[in-house]
Amino acid sequence: MGGQRRLWGLYVRLDEVPELIDAAEVVRDAGYTRWDCHTPFPVHGLNEAMGLRLTRLPLVVFAAGAVGAIAGLAMQWWMNAVDYPLIISGKPFFSLPANIPIVFEMTILFAAITAFVGMLAFNGLPRHHHPLFAVDEFRAATDDKFFIVIEADDPRFDENAARQLLGRFGEVREVWE
Amino acid sequence: MATTSELMDNLAEDPRRRAPLVLGGARFGDVTSSVCGVTEMPKTPRAWWIAFLVSVGMLGVLGAMLVYLISTGVGVWGNNIPVAWGFPIVNFVFWVGIGHAGTLISAVLFLFRQKWRTSINRSAEAMTIFAVACAGLFPAVHIGRVWFAYWLFPLPNQMAMWPNFRSPLLWDVFAVSTYALVSTMFWYMGMIPDLATLRDRAKSRARQIAYGIFAMGWRGSNRHWLRFERAYLLLAALATPLVLSVHSVVSFDFAVSILPGWHTTIFPPYFVAGAIFSGFGMVLTLLLPCRKFFRLEHLVTPRHIENMCKILLATGSMVGYSYVMEFFIAWYGGNAYELFTFKNRALGPYWWAYFIMFSCNVFVPQIFWSQRVRSSALVVWIASLFVNLGMWFERFVIVVTSLSRDFLPSSWGYFSPTWVDILTLAGSFGLFFTLFLLFLRFLPVVAMAEVKSVMPQALHAAEKEGHRPFGDYWPDVPHDEREGGGPSPQEA
Repeated sequence: MGGQRRLWGLYVRLDEVPELIDAAEVVRDAGYTRWDCHTPFPVHGLNEAMGLRLTRLPLVVFAAGAVGAIAGLAMQWWMNAVDYPLIISGKPFFSLPANIPIVFEMTILFAAITAFVGMLAFNGLPRHHHPLFAVDEFRAATDDKFFIVIEADDPRFDENAARQLLGRFGEVREVWE
Repeated sequence: MATTSELMDNLAEDPRRRAPLVLGGARFGDVTSSVCGVTEMPKTPRAWWIAFLVSVGMLGVLGAMLVYLISTGVGVWGNNIPVAWGFPIVNFVFWVGIGHAGTLISAVLFLFRQKWRTSINRSAEAMTIFAVACAGLFPAVHIGRVWFAYWLFPLPNQMAMWPNFRSPLLWDVFAVSTYALVSTMFWYMGMIPDLATLRDRAKSRARQIAYGIFAMGWRGSNRHWLRFERAYLLLAALATPLVLSVHSVVSFDFAVSILPGWHTTIFPPYFVAGAIFSGFGMVLTLLLPCRKFFRLEHLVTPRHIENMCKILLATGSMVGYSYVMEFFIAWYGGNAYELFTFKNRALGPYWWAYFIMFSCNVFVPQIFWSQRVRSSALVVWIASLFVNLGMWFERFVIVVTSLSRDFLPSSWGYFSPTWVDILTLAGSFGLFFTLFLLFLRFLPVVAMAEVKSVMPQALHAAEKEGHRPFGDYWPDVPHDEREGGGPSPQEA
């Protein structure tokens, strides 16, 4: 039955955080790149154990905030001073202090939307179908168990070597495409 | 082995170690099952139905009042010159203020690494969003002709005019709508991993699909967690100045005017302190019955309540300081109108409102100096009701007393609400409680993933390498008292 389907990857289930960290370090040092740990909560120290680099998200969010600030200022200037100059109690059409609150709110708005949408986009979410969802046991990944998965797409992937490597930490099982 | 009383009591102050945040020796799976159990009850509890029907009934009253208002006109309210703001603006400021505690707990305490927030932040954020929804309603209907509400936004309209960006009322539109949107995103994003937990535990097809859609295919990948945590930190860092700006901008509605009693520079910090005070009052009002009813005492522990009481004490005292300082400045400033307004506030025709405000907001929280009071859930709950009451009256006092007697005695008046005013206020509570009860029944009420990450079992790894990127972020529970025991790394 399994022979007709393509192997998507191999996984091993772990029960405790320290085992997970140890195992992740081993997989990292074996040079795999297309692999992942699945955990019910963000495990601190795991990013280092997996050798992950920081994300570019903050730079994108900063840029979006800057765009929001400029957009907020430009909007107020164009609408109140250029397109329809509005005379209010003899106040200047365009004066920075009165425009700051909206500039501030627009900065936050643009940056926050970008942080939320950017997180999903960089993570490739929403993605409602994934080979891992076919594994019944994998449901515990959002409860109390930890999983290490090596994908068959990994350039270094060799089924026997990967089995041997993961076998050091527990029973190795297959994920089918 | 710790005794049962030690397992359920984390109030002891021992400077050598931090108090545990989850009680009863719970493991990861216990957190999942007790939180998910709330939404997975096979039969909806009768108490929930009773509360829900009452809330929906009040929501119906709100709907009826709005239909009556819109079909008849704002004359059905007590607002009239000189008190043109009346109940709608009082209710607006009240509800916006309630919302602030949620953001404070979720964003500000997150930045300050106050990890006790993890078991209360979800429900507090939900409260924020529902309170902001109630708040947004009032200015929208207060404009009179609601079908022109879009004139508030910079949208092209038939007059070919743009809004006046130099008006604090427009700043308010931007501040409150930004706040509503950012709070909703923050709440929803934090909930994605927990929705995935509910999806994975769902037995029925309907639940699998419903939670599945909103969980967005979250699979707990650590590469995802990395960006998730970064985005969460960014949103917290953005929401923190935002929440301070929102009530500051609300206070500008008053402070930027020239009316005695409103035209003061103390308003922004005073409003923000009051907002946090009222919001924590509402968090306690909601959370104390919930934790009892859904048996979440091991997650929302006595220490959580104790901490919130201390915040009430601190912010209540700040509000009290502001009340007193306003009087001092009214005298010290030497402005006859200002001095009259404040004397009139405390001793004039609205003395009763001022009395309720002052006693509920300044005197009632002083009982929290006592540890015995802080550890009695019933007393705390009753005190929290007084805080809610007092903070509503604070807004009433600010809005109504200043407007009713300004510079010109010939234009003085006395504001009395109509039955429509009162039923609309009651109806807004119906909206709030309906939304909150739906949240309790269908969504994860405690941020499970976050709670798990502060449990001692989650922390071995960090300790193992002496790796502490956030300094003393992880609690110093002695190693031998943790699950599993074993020698500490220093000894090994």
